[in-house]
Amino acid sequence: MSVITKPAKDARMPKINWARAEEADNFARTVKLFRQGKMDADSFRRFRLQHGAYGTRMTDDYAMVRIKIPAGEIYPHQLEKIANLSEAFSIGSAHVSTRQNIQLHWVVLEDVSEIMRGLAEVGLTPREACGNSVRNVMCSPLAGVCDEEEFDATPYAVATAKFLLRNPMNQGLPRKFKFNFTCCEKHGMARMVDVGLIPQTRTVSGSLQRGFKIFLGGGLGNKSFVGHQLEEFTPEEDLLYTSIAVLRIFDRLGDRKNMARNRMRYLVDQMGWEQFQNLVLKERAIVRATQSVIVKLSIEPEQKPAAPLRVSGFDGKAIPDGFSRWRKNNTYKQKQQGYYSVSITLEAGDITASQLLAMADILREFSAEGYGRTGFVQDMVLRYVHESDLVRLYSGLLEAGLANPGSLTMAHPVGCSGTTSCNLALTNSHRLAKEIQRKFVELKLDEDDDLRDATIKISGCPNSCGQHEIATVGFYGGGGRMGKDMYPVYQMSLGGRADGETMLGVNVLRIPAKRVMPAITKIIETFKANKKQGDTLKSWIHKVVTGYSDSQIKSVDDIKKILLPLTQAPSITDDKDFYADYGSDSSYHTKTGKGECAA
Amino acid sequence: MSKEKTVRPTIDADSLRSEIRDNSVRVIDVRRAEDYKKDHIPKSVNLPLAELLSDDDPQRVLKIAQSLGIDDDTPVVVYDDTFGALASRVAWTLEYLGHSDVSLLDVTYGKWKSAGLETDTKEQSFGSKTHSLRLRPEILATVDYLEKAKDAKNVVLLDNRERLNYLEQHIPGAVNIPYRTLASGDKILRTKDDLRRLLKNRGINEDSEIITYCGSVGTLSGLAYYALKTADYQNVKLYVRSFKEWKGLNKPIIKQENADYWDLSAE
Repeated sequence: MSVITKPAKDARMPKINWARAEEADNFARTVKLFRQGKMDADSFRRFRLQHGAYGTRMTDDYAMVRIKIPAGEIYPHQLEKIANLSEAFSIGSAHVSTRQNIQLHWVVLEDVSEIMRGLAEVGLTPREACGNSVRNVMCSPLAGVCDEEEFDATPYAVATAKFLLRNPMNQGLPRKFKFNFTCCEKHGMARMVDVGLIPQTRTVSGSLQRGFKIFLGGGLGNKSFVGHQLEEFTPEEDLLYTSIAVLRIFDRLGDRKNMARNRMRYLVDQMGWEQFQNLVLKERAIVRATQSVIVKLSIEPEQKPAAPLRVSGFDGKAIPDGFSRWRKNNTYKQKQQGYYSVSITLEAGDITASQLLAMADILREFSAEGYGRTGFVQDMVLRYVHESDLVRLYSGLLEAGLANPGSLTMAHPVGCSGTTSCNLALTNSHRLAKEIQRKFVELKLDEDDDLRDATIKISGCPNSCGQHEIATVGFYGGGGRMGKDMYPVYQMSLGGRADGETMLGVNVLRIPAKRVMPAITKIIETFKANKKQGDTLKSWIHKVVTGYSDSQIKSVDDIKKILLPLTQAPSITDDKDFYADYGSDSSYHTKTGKGECAA
Repeated sequence: MSKEKTVRPTIDADSLRSEIRDNSVRVIDVRRAEDYKKDHIPKSVNLPLAELLSDDDPQRVLKIAQSLGIDDDTPVVVYDDTFGALASRVAWTLEYLGHSDVSLLDVTYGKWKSAGLETDTKEQSFGSKTHSLRLRPEILATVDYLEKAKDAKNVVLLDNRERLNYLEQHIPGAVNIPYRTLASGDKILRTKDDLRRLLKNRGINEDSEIITYCGSVGTLSGLAYYALKTADYQNVKLYVRSFKEWKGLNKPIIKQENADYWDLSAE
């Protein structure tokens, strides 16, 4: 046992206060005006979304509050506050989204201001988390610790978020706008977003210059596009000018009429990349020439955690069951010697109030940097954990019910909120993701190295909140029909990916909801029977969908043939369960309301 | 006790300590007997909530109160070790009997102890006193009363259960303020200003008649009763038999339809 040097509680506090307390009062006042009929529904909806409150399935009485977590950085006392607010004003659980936000669902509209007030006490805001604004600026949860990165993008992501939040320039864009910073090609989604950035460096006359690879015009949605790289190297001092230039062009030329085509990717598509690229470069020259010199990003220097604030070593107790399984697929060796980043698997992103409290304690005790990050796959990441603390950390997570294995594997599917709260959803994608996770962990598929780098992502409708199009095996929900009876189905796609070889998944066929798990199992079996040495499920599917197969399975059609028997609908008298969605025991029927933003 | 005296819904630890020193208060610990025996606030007496709930007929509760040394003029302070709801149910029952000076300790016993305040293991008896019985039907809602009153314009029906339970089923017309909304930090109840702002945001005004209910025995809604008192809302009734009775009698129930909200819970 080593000596205990505990970091002082809350020794590390957030550098930036994102909140403005007066916005809570303003929101409460505006809700009253709306309820009294003194504000029309459209104006109110715009206001509400601008302040981070999204509509809820089939009701005007409730909202979802989306708390922005810029770059995913979240501090222990902030988690405690969110725990508290979820019990007081929501359902006693919070939801970690694929864009690093933390959402509170089923909040009474009149209570939204109370949540804003509580968040302001800890420096957080839902402002511009929904609506036609710049959404949460994302940053890879491994930025700063990734051994493949050129430099830590976090300070740039935070500075960009700070510059753009409440900035008059982007309060009324044609549609929402998203920035993603990543650490490296492997860990991000730079090509599937309006502006995606990967750090890179070059040497100019002997000195190292920082910059980014910037991708523009990508995005997932009803129609998805892969982003284009603006230029070979964008130096760091051009980061802000480029961002402003792109926002200005989108603001000026983006489609404000057609809701279905007003994201920037449609503008890029319609104009053609070369023309758009030229326009951005010209606009940037104008911005550079006309912006005051004081307009710049304030990049806080990276702060390395102080010398190991280590708690203790191994305490001599027996290593708990499951530790090595968990360690293998939930931890990431940092570039900093002796330190690990740990991914906390949540089921479809859901976490209870008491788990949030436990997480806060665990962060204080085990993370040398003293705060955590929300991840890209509805998970949370705890960084700077000393190797010798991993066993104790695992025990702590086990106790809190946060030690699910397989976080970085295929056994950790993403599922959007689906019919649990979303107006647009056709199926309960959220519950399906949970069911798959439970089943796959039970089958120990997380331990299969061949499946490790594959992903499963599920959306409850053709919009891509569940990011199905960049999944190895992706699904989006819809309704199927057998005579007069309806049943939930999912369109399956294969081969999507968001790394250096980004491509959208190829549609295969429609699989009834209750056959999704057998279908995935069937694909795994087929892969096992056909794989060549060195193949993983992901690389094998990639070969099949791109026409480079070297096995019996030559094309997507061959996979389709194998899965076809699963699409047969039994009669409702033979199999009543087939006609009910996950989480429901009554017959399925589609029902949707008006969408507000596909997030 | 004179009517002019302002009845305080809650009392803070320091005030209670000085009243204990002055022997001017009867403190009731509503935890289980074995917990009380281990340690408790000095000079407190034990009335486990379960004992009261086993039969809360007024005559019986009156006898218990008398045996604890409470007469018409004894100020009473009640505490528990959960979050104030158990204490609330006992306090409300005493009010219903006609006792006019009942307060809740504004922290739990756990907080009292962790603040390092004095505790004792000695069980005290204060002899039996005489207490009159002047029932206060104006703070009680029966199912018959609720059925008649709930649709009146000036009546607000408050459901204090958790949000998911409310969405799943509730009494038609009820609005939901989960009991967790009522506390703040270390205190079992928010401040008066905080509570008033919350209620006003919801459009609930102090001239309304408010009926609170919860799952089964009126504990969570008992806490809401004291929250409303703290906020200076005077016309409050507790539907003490709550949703369990309502449902048992097959009265109408409403459900939030077409949404699978339970699947969002990580429980």
